Amino acid sequence: MYKSIGVEAEKTQTINTQLPAHIEVKDLNLWLDNKHILKNINVSIPKHSIISIIGPSGCGKSTLLKTLNRLLDDSAVIQLEGSVLVAGEDIYAKDAEVTTIRKRMGLLSQRPFPLPMSIFDNVAYGPKIHGERNKKILEQIVHEQLVNVGLWNEVKDRLHSSASLLSIGQQQRLCLARGLAVKPEIILGDESTSALDPISTQTIENLLISLKDDYTIVLVTHILRQARRVSDYILFLYDGEVIEFGKTEDILLNPKQELTQKYVKGFIS
Amino acid sequence: MSTAKRLRKEKIAKWIMRLSVLVISSSLLLIIGTVLCKGLPYLSWEMISQSPKGGFYIGKEGGVLNAIAGSLYLATASTILATCIGVPIAIYLHVYTRPTSLLKRFSKFLFDVLFGMPSIVYGAIAFSIMIWLGIRASLLGGIITVTLLTLPIVVRTISELLHTVPSDLQQITTSLGATKLEVAKILVLYIKPGLFTATLLAFGRAVGDVAGVLLTTGFTDNMPLYIDEPAATLPLAIFFQLTSPIPEVQGRAYASGLLLTLIILIVVICTNLLASKQKKHKL
Repeated sequence: MYKSIGVEAEKTQTINTQLPAHIEVKDLNLWLDNKHILKNINVSIPKHSIISIIGPSGCGKSTLLKTLNRLLDDSAVIQLEGSVLVAGEDIYAKDAEVTTIRKRMGLLSQRPFPLPMSIFDNVAYGPKIHGERNKKILEQIVHEQLVNVGLWNEVKDRLHSSASLLSIGQQQRLCLARGLAVKPEIILGDESTSALDPISTQTIENLLISLKDDYTIVLVTHILRQARRVSDYILFLYDGEVIEFGKTEDILLNPKQELTQKYVKGFIS
Repeated sequence: MSTAKRLRKEKIAKWIMRLSVLVISSSLLLIIGTVLCKGLPYLSWEMISQSPKGGFYIGKEGGVLNAIAGSLYLATASTILATCIGVPIAIYLHVYTRPTSLLKRFSKFLFDVLFGMPSIVYGAIAFSIMIWLGIRASLLGGIITVTLLTLPIVVRTISELLHTVPSDLQQITTSLGATKLEVAKILVLYIKPGLFTATLLAFGRAVGDVAGVLLTTGFTDNMPLYIDEPAATLPLAIFFQLTSPIPEVQGRAYASGLLLTLIILIVVICTNLLASKQKKHKL
């Protein structure tokens, strides 16, 4: 029942935005260890917009996010049906090159995880593994991305000291800079501010909003206020199914589905 | 349960734990004290700088330089070999195989069994292979046997270390478009301080093993100069000296024990220094 509503909502959304779809999820079903986690997902995510995936704990939000850059490939036992198209290209096609697909999507995890190396090397790591060896170009990339995330002035004098010495908020911005350094098209955030204090959260949110012009951003969040602040669209997931997908204000203020109403009002969590 | 009962339980548990610490610490002190008391009078520059004279079983003169050199050669070579083989095995099982992989589960079981296998079994197997290949007891035979003996220690310790790496770190590196080999490099960087501990454990086992080398390395009063010739090791020297009926030779066994303890102490201090230096640079 919910599936058809979800599909309908998604189709309406695509027409309303008049923006080209950047990510298209078609008839996606996913089983992990024989457990049906994602059920008939049909979503079209418009380019250069912020989409928040909301829903109760264990509804499949993070799983859906990880299917977008094939991070579940190495998971226990995975069975996947349907397709995920990024800029029209099926990322689950047999000839799809997985490292290239992942490079196109920067991931911001729940807690910041700097690599065990210096601040400079953290940002330069992505370009280096993708073949960039020119020191001057690497320095330029590091400078550009650290400026981009508003961290340059705070770290310019200690670029070669350990990234672990940064505060947790600075670490999260560093991780964002590291992700952006590989020049992705899409930013995926998995509850990326859940470990941060309110000021760092606000900094990250403002950053994401400012990056919207150049990137498509998909966020998983359980904080409705955050979804309201940053996102253009909200996708409500319940028990692995898309219940409703629409503009932020429509979902939060005028939800069409009873389950969405209950979730937004805090009756289910 | 009442609060008084809970506090009484807490108190009893604390005293049991204190007693255990006391028993173990005093046993260790007793061992070190015995070695020191019985070995120190026989420890001399001659012991460290000379090879034995008059036979290892009855000789009261000379030293155990040949056994010190043999032990260091054998333990260093086998630790390096076990690390070089063990690290890729642990990395492969952790990074390249799925959690449900049959190979992974079987390998884990196999290394658990090998970890607990007595070293005399390794010695016996290696000895049979050496006879079949026509190789006589030699330093090489000992190195191969002790490498096999220490390999499960290295693999198991590194596997445990890899399990402590947050899965997010692996996922984040993967999400940057890294290949599995590049992910493995990051993991090794992360567990680097622990790698020293794994190496230390392997070295400790290698330098102190008697049963494994008894059949495969042989024994000689000469300095180990060639890899295909028998070599003396400190644990075997201690074994032979202790079985001697001459009290002076028995005393020299304790002095050799003291030397072996000192070697391990130096290696532990060096490893800890290296590990703490790495930790400072680690995240």
